Amino acid sequence: MLYNEPSPLETKVLSRRFGAPNSASIDTYLADQGYQAFRKAAGMKPEEIIEQVKISNLRGRGGAGFPTGMKWSFVPRTSPKPKYIVVNGDESEPGTCKDRVLIENDPHQLIEGVLIAGLAVDAHAGYVYIRGEYRYLIEVMEKAIGEAYAKGWLGKNIQGTGFDFDLYAHSGAGAYECGEESALLESLEGKRGIPRIRPPFPAVVGAFQCPTVLNNVETYCAVPAIIRDGGAAFAALGVPKAGGTKMTCLTGNINKPGVYELRLGFPVAQMIEEVGGGIPRGRRLKAMIPGGSSCPVLTAKECEGATMDYDSMSARKTMLGSGGVIVMDDQTCMVKALMRIIRFYAHESCGWCIPCREGTTWLRKILVRFHEGGGTRSDIDLIGDIGKNMLGRTFCPLGDAAAMPTISFVEKFREEFEDHLAGKPCPYEHADHGIEVLSLSR
Amino acid sequence: MTFSPQLEARFEKLLKSYPPGRQRSALVPMLLYAQDEVGSMTDELIDEVAQRVGVTPLQVNEVLSYYSMLHRKPMGKYHVQICTNISCLLNDGDKLWEHACKRLGIGNKEVTPDGQVSLEEVECMGACSWAPAIQVNYDFHHFITPEKLDQLLDSLTKKQ
Amino acid sequence: MADLVKLTIDGKPVQAPPGTLVIDAAKTAGMEIPAFCYYEGLTLQAACRMCLVEVEKMPKLMTACTLPVAEGMVVRTETPEVAAARKYMLEFLLTNHPLDCPVCDKGGECELQDMTFRYGVGESRYTEEKVHTPEKQYSPVVFFDAPRCILCYRCVRICNEGLGVGALGVVYRGVGSEIAPNKGDHLECDECGACIDICPVGALTSGIYRYKTRPWEMTHVATICAHCADGCRTTLGTRNNQIIRGNNRDRSGVNGEFLCIKGRYAFDFYDHPERLQAPLMRVDGKLEEVSWARALEAVAQKFNGTLAAGGSFGVIGSNHTTNEENYYLQKFAREVLKTNNIDHHRTGDVAALLDALSGKEAALATAADLYQRKAILILGADLALEHPLLSFQARANYRHHQAHLYAVTPGPVREDKYSVVSIRVGGPAAKVGGDLGVIPGRDVGAVTTGPGAAPVGGPGVVPNPNAGAPSAPGPRWAPVTGPGIATGDPSGFCHPHNVEAGPGDYFAALEHLRERLKAEPELVIVFDDSFKGQDIKRLVEYADSLGIPVKYICLVDYSNSRGALDMALTPEFLPGYQPSGQPGMRVDEMLAAKLDVLWVVGANPCKAPGAGDRGPGFVVVQDMFLTETAKLADVVLPAACAYEKNGTVTNVTGEVQRLKCAVGAMGAKPDLEIMGFIAREMGVAAALGPWLPDLVLEEIRATVRGYDVPAPALAFGAAQTRPVNGRPSSETRPELVRSEHNGLFDSGTLGRYSRVLNSVLEKRLSR
Repeated sequence: MLYNEPSPLETKVLSRRFGAPNSASIDTYLADQGYQAFRKAAGMKPEEIIEQVKISNLRGRGGAGFPTGMKWSFVPRTSPKPKYIVVNGDESEPGTCKDRVLIENDPHQLIEGVLIAGLAVDAHAGYVYIRGEYRYLIEVMEKAIGEAYAKGWLGKNIQGTGFDFDLYAHSGAGAYECGEESALLESLEGKRGIPRIRPPFPAVVGAFQCPTVLNNVETYCAVPAIIRDGGAAFAALGVPKAGGTKMTCLTGNINKPGVYELRLGFPVAQMIEEVGGGIPRGRRLKAMIPGGSSCPVLTAKECEGATMDYDSMSARKTMLGSGGVIVMDDQTCMVKALMRIIRFYAHESCGWCIPCREGTTWLRKILVRFHEGGGTRSDIDLIGDIGKNMLGRTFCPLGDAAAMPTISFVEKFREEFEDHLAGKPCPYEHADHGIEVLSLSR
Repeated sequence: MTFSPQLEARFEKLLKSYPPGRQRSALVPMLLYAQDEVGSMTDELIDEVAQRVGVTPLQVNEVLSYYSMLHRKPMGKYHVQICTNISCLLNDGDKLWEHACKRLGIGNKEVTPDGQVSLEEVECMGACSWAPAIQVNYDFHHFITPEKLDQLLDSLTKKQ
Repeated sequence: MADLVKLTIDGKPVQAPPGTLVIDAAKTAGMEIPAFCYYEGLTLQAACRMCLVEVEKMPKLMTACTLPVAEGMVVRTETPEVAAARKYMLEFLLTNHPLDCPVCDKGGECELQDMTFRYGVGESRYTEEKVHTPEKQYSPVVFFDAPRCILCYRCVRICNEGLGVGALGVVYRGVGSEIAPNKGDHLECDECGACIDICPVGALTSGIYRYKTRPWEMTHVATICAHCADGCRTTLGTRNNQIIRGNNRDRSGVNGEFLCIKGRYAFDFYDHPERLQAPLMRVDGKLEEVSWARALEAVAQKFNGTLAAGGSFGVIGSNHTTNEENYYLQKFAREVLKTNNIDHHRTGDVAALLDALSGKEAALATAADLYQRKAILILGADLALEHPLLSFQARANYRHHQAHLYAVTPGPVREDKYSVVSIRVGGPAAKVGGDLGVIPGRDVGAVTTGPGAAPVGGPGVVPNPNAGAPSAPGPRWAPVTGPGIATGDPSGFCHPHNVEAGPGDYFAALEHLRERLKAEPELVIVFDDSFKGQDIKRLVEYADSLGIPVKYICLVDYSNSRGALDMALTPEFLPGYQPSGQPGMRVDEMLAAKLDVLWVVGANPCKAPGAGDRGPGFVVVQDMFLTETAKLADVVLPAACAYEKNGTVTNVTGEVQRLKCAVGAMGAKPDLEIMGFIAREMGVAAALGPWLPDLVLEEIRATVRGYDVPAPALAFGAAQTRPVNGRPSSETRPELVRSEHNGLFDSGTLGRYSRVLNSVLEKRLSR
């Protein structure tokens, strides 16, 4: 189902079937060019498939933005080992809820993307790793897989192409860290979600010690369109160096929250004001996190002129990330916001390495105390310092994910931290939030 | 240990989903599905699953204690999970949480005395655009206000 | 050496073989890169982040413990950024550390202290509450104090990878991560204490050592474990003439840092309350304490009197006494007492092996060979329990070099988990020899009642655990085919993969084994007392037929079982396996015969029930305890234990090592000294020569074949003896060979007096 009205400003490529009756069924999919890209790909050489993906300028949609075609080309095709396709559906980055609607509304698009990846790297089995909380999506996925087997789009000798492929849905059980690709593989192998030492990268040593292509749900979902319409057409939808559209989740203080498919390079102001309908209660923008809570925060001023693409965000020293846009209005307490973000990372730290394990917890303790009014002036520098001492020194990107908001919040909203020391009332706690809070004081 | 035929079928399917000798891969989903039926990770369940996937009970314990959805003690019949992470917080998820605690008289990971309802303050559950969101067992409920939560809790407790 | 990779570390040119990690390359070049989680020989973790270094052209700091050297790489380990990274890493580490150094066992030898001293900051900015959890006791040996733990996972790895036990794991996550034992609230494991020694901080402490001393108050003496035949070096920490602990942190000896519960903790028999501290003499039918002078005089008078009267003597030696003592004893027996009635409890048929190997060079394996050779065949023994060092070596070889292991054993063994082929032979251990002997040419004539006719549950091949569900199709029996042919991945220990369909029947499995072995480039065969006499001869023929170089280890039980054979505590041989050419009684015959004098040195031949019937003769016993045999004696002379004397012992692989006196004995004397005093009292001392261990060793080196080992080698390490250079050509007595197959928590008579061996739960759980 759809959770929000589509916007006329969307560029509907991945979401084109959203809202259609029975959009998740294979019949709907087949009726709308479904699996035609696979047919086309089956007639192409693997190098040609990868070449089209390269031309499309598709970059990983999970957050890191690594060029997908290049990632696929790292798989040693001639390795005697079996190869695997793994789908990262462990969507857990706060602010992000796009993979959910992609699977829910159009699981066959994902299956087709996986099949094409299989053709590209000579893989014959795949796993869709879905976070445990999305139980209903496991059911959606299993139903779709069942349909695909029944209609001969999975299994042996798919549609007479001679290509075999088996696909399985695999449930996680609650761990943000399993969204990190090597931790996901550990989890897939029935272990704690602790990242692996890299290199070797999953393309060479991945699932079950075999070469593995591992991408985000949205990344695979973009592949059928790329093959169908050609990489160049997809590339043309976006900006130079980053092709296509991005499923963008508008969250936080916004009138029309929802998941919208916007072409890369979409202006931030237009996104907030027109797609998202602006900020509720006539408030103004204070800050925005562009791609999930791990990205450095942007001030309202920094948002001016920004566009939703890798380069524009990079120029502002933040990241496009996962597409989870978190909009914060002028009544937001930035100390509290950071405190909540850090609580998350402390909760989700796998505990493997010292700086992340101890750093996130230390930050959490300081920020909770600080927000409650027990802060000292030296805490402000300390908070930023702890972030800097974690940044780039942890075992996996989770430490950076905690450090980047920390450093940026302290740098950009230092006066709010100082206001807490001065005993000024926390703006958030006194704002009218439009909901009944009297019950709390009874 | 005996399970329902449905769960046995699920286990069988899972154990066949991975390459030979890789039955351990079924561990995490098996534990989650088993918890749905058994209620929590009992010692007996741990031993049983360990034996089925060919690992030691310690290895199962290492794994289950890592994943936040797996519990050693039973939760309520209705496990109400309230997200207070950033996107929900900006839409008063924290106040929703406080409301739920007051209304039920229990705290995080606690169960009402009648065993019907348990509460958990959870991290982002992937419903950020429809915040604040909660999950009752596996069912999502979006745009939840304290009033809506009250209605929901009322309907749950009536159902029993 | 064109293969070496050239790089620069801190401006210094360094060369290292490809694949070397930067942390090791630096170490070799004399530069220390600090680390907690990196531990040579164990899997990489990159968890502690202490080894971060700057590498040119790399955007951020890299962990030196996971970074292989590359040509032209420029590494900097002392830049301000690296120093800051280390400093703040330690600050992070100490946030939840209790800093209870003044009462911590590790204080003074703690890696966290040392690192903080060298790389850390003087003050902490941490003012929040620390995470605290109470200390837990996992076993009589192992205590765990979680707040001190820095989660370097060394303990988890040494247990899983090093020992193949996997008794420790990590539970929970994030800051709540905690090391956990395998049985919920306690451990069931080897109780070896490796986890404790490897712990860089005081998180894991030993029940034997904790709160006993400060480390710097101890004197350290490196000697050899008194228990099994593996000959591990254990470094005893002593204070005020007491042994406080055992470990081998300097990795000296044949065992490196490996020790089992015996080597690390079971030194405690030395101050058992039942230790004899004064000689005993039978007065009016009862044993009474007497002075040394009186006891020695009585013995000497009896010996001289019996000699003068042409009476008969019997001498039973020990598996524990030193080479010097054994040599002196047999010399005493043969030259002074003029008897060839000398024997000891034989636990492995070394003589038969040497006989079978006549004419072969370098056919005896060392402990190091088990770590270096490409393939190992284990026959009969449950190596992990009976010879923990040898098992450890083979396991490390599998992990580090992907060595192929083969196990043919009566019951399940730890090696099954990582062997290429495991075959179960039915019935008693003795079957192993017969069965394997059948393979060449299927010469089954005499063995028709053997394996083929085995009862259900008898000989068979291990049911394959990889078969998954019990309903899985395929042969009912298949060899366990582990990942031994794969990667050496320690995760394979508990989860074999790369399953091969194996032959379905027992003979076919043996044939399959033979084919596999033929394809190996070399082999070490380790066998126990299920092979003796002709079986050994057939085994060597079998190995010859493989057409590859083969080395052997004949397992024996105790710390100097091998030395007792080498020094000829047998009637068949003179030292160095020279035929004695004289008849002589064996242990059982001596016990049964009505000898005038029976002299038992460090042995307990009468421990079996019913062996307590004392003949009419005069019995002299030298021992630490009032054993069943000592209780029958006329004179009991209290002997010093292995930790109270100097000398040499020869381990199961024929490697000679030095015992060094760690503590003084209260009232007791080393056996060599006792024998010397008896000789002096008898007036024959001059004929036997001086009874100083070093001087006796000189004589051994000069006269005993194979023992001409270089003296410097003995000063610090082990030297393998080379006893074979021709046929021993004497009758061996296979029927006398009987191993006691002590497990990890048994050690013959000696084991009874170790509190720690008897305190652990596993002792009661084991056979």
